[in-house]
Amino acid sequence: MPENSAGTLATPPSATPRIKPPRRLAGTVYRGREGMWSWVLHRITGTAIYFFLLVHILDTSLVRLNPGAYNGVIDTYKTPIMGLGELGLVIAIVYHALNGLRIIAIDFFAWGPKRQRALFIGVIVLWVILIAGFAPRQIANIILEATGHPSA
Amino acid sequence: MSTETIPTPRSSYAPPRTRGVNWEKWGWMYMRISGLFLVILIFGHLFVNLVAGDGVRAIDFAFVAGKYSTPFWKVWDFAMLWLALIHGANGMRTLVNDYARKPLLRRVFLVAILVSTILLILLGSLVITTFDPCPAGMAASALPSFCPAP
Ligand code: HEM
Repeated sequence: MPENSAGTLATPPSATPRIKPPRRLAGTVYRGREGMWSWVLHRITGTAIYFFLLVHILDTSLVRLNPGAYNGVIDTYKTPIMGLGELGLVIAIVYHALNGLRIIAIDFFAWGPKRQRALFIGVIVLWVILIAGFAPRQIANIILEATGHPSA
Repeated sequence: MSTETIPTPRSSYAPPRTRGVNWEKWGWMYMRISGLFLVILIFGHLFVNLVAGDGVRAIDFAFVAGKYSTPFWKVWDFAMLWLALIHGANGMRTLVNDYARKPLLRRVFLVAILVSTILLILLGSLVITTFDPCPAGMAASALPSFCPAP
């Protein structure tokens, strides 16, 4: 339909009432709020882990092809920057795993969809606890390696 | 002479499929079943390699050779390789289906995922099954302690 057809211009376009979108996205389990953000995070973490896995299979394959080269590559995994990268990777995979279990509960059990919000809070709490356990250990190992402390 | 048939108004034009294997359903099932196993496999993998002992600092060829001196971690890693790579590849297929609008681009991505998955699964499986803890020509210091002196 042509926008400015004759006869529809009785009132100038500026007088057209404007309907504002709702201020918050909400409505279904998957639109807005924890339902949507849990999915966004699940998708981002899944993709990041996937690309790491591609590289990780290749670097580990060096144990069969060239053990000396394997040690060389693994030494770069012990540098501070890579050590922090590993921390980020663990943070991503722990979220993806816990939220994956939440998705399974939602899909297979009647109580899942009803409790999806409580499950999401549980995912976040467990996530924080597990990372609080892992992060100090990883950071200690990074510092010990950087200061030349021999490993036992 | 044939009579023209006119479809009933408002009937669904694509009736639900009832025959053949429902691959999408089994792909969906696979994501969930493999996910359950992967939680155990990956958390165990991360604990032994990054948390226990000296964590990442302890990893080198001898560390891997020690783990692979019994079948236990070989079976573990083999299962993890297949389950995780197929899970990840199928997940990426979902992303391509969601975001790659142009048919050609979508095809290129899907074929790239398929080919890389097959190659990496073959490579990883070969590495695990043919692993040699005491390869010839390596310095003794880089080998696990159980290797015979050269
Ligand atoms: C640790 C255990 C894991 C669990 C419990 C888990 C669980 C799940 C579940 C339930 C889905 C949703 C599938 C759907 O919506 O149909 C999913 C998607 C996905 N997963 Fe995992 N997963 C795990 C590990 C991994 C790993 C190791 C990778 C990478 C190699 C990965 C990559 C993906 C990707 C790329 C998606 C697609 C995301 C999307 O469609 O938005 N996951 N995962």
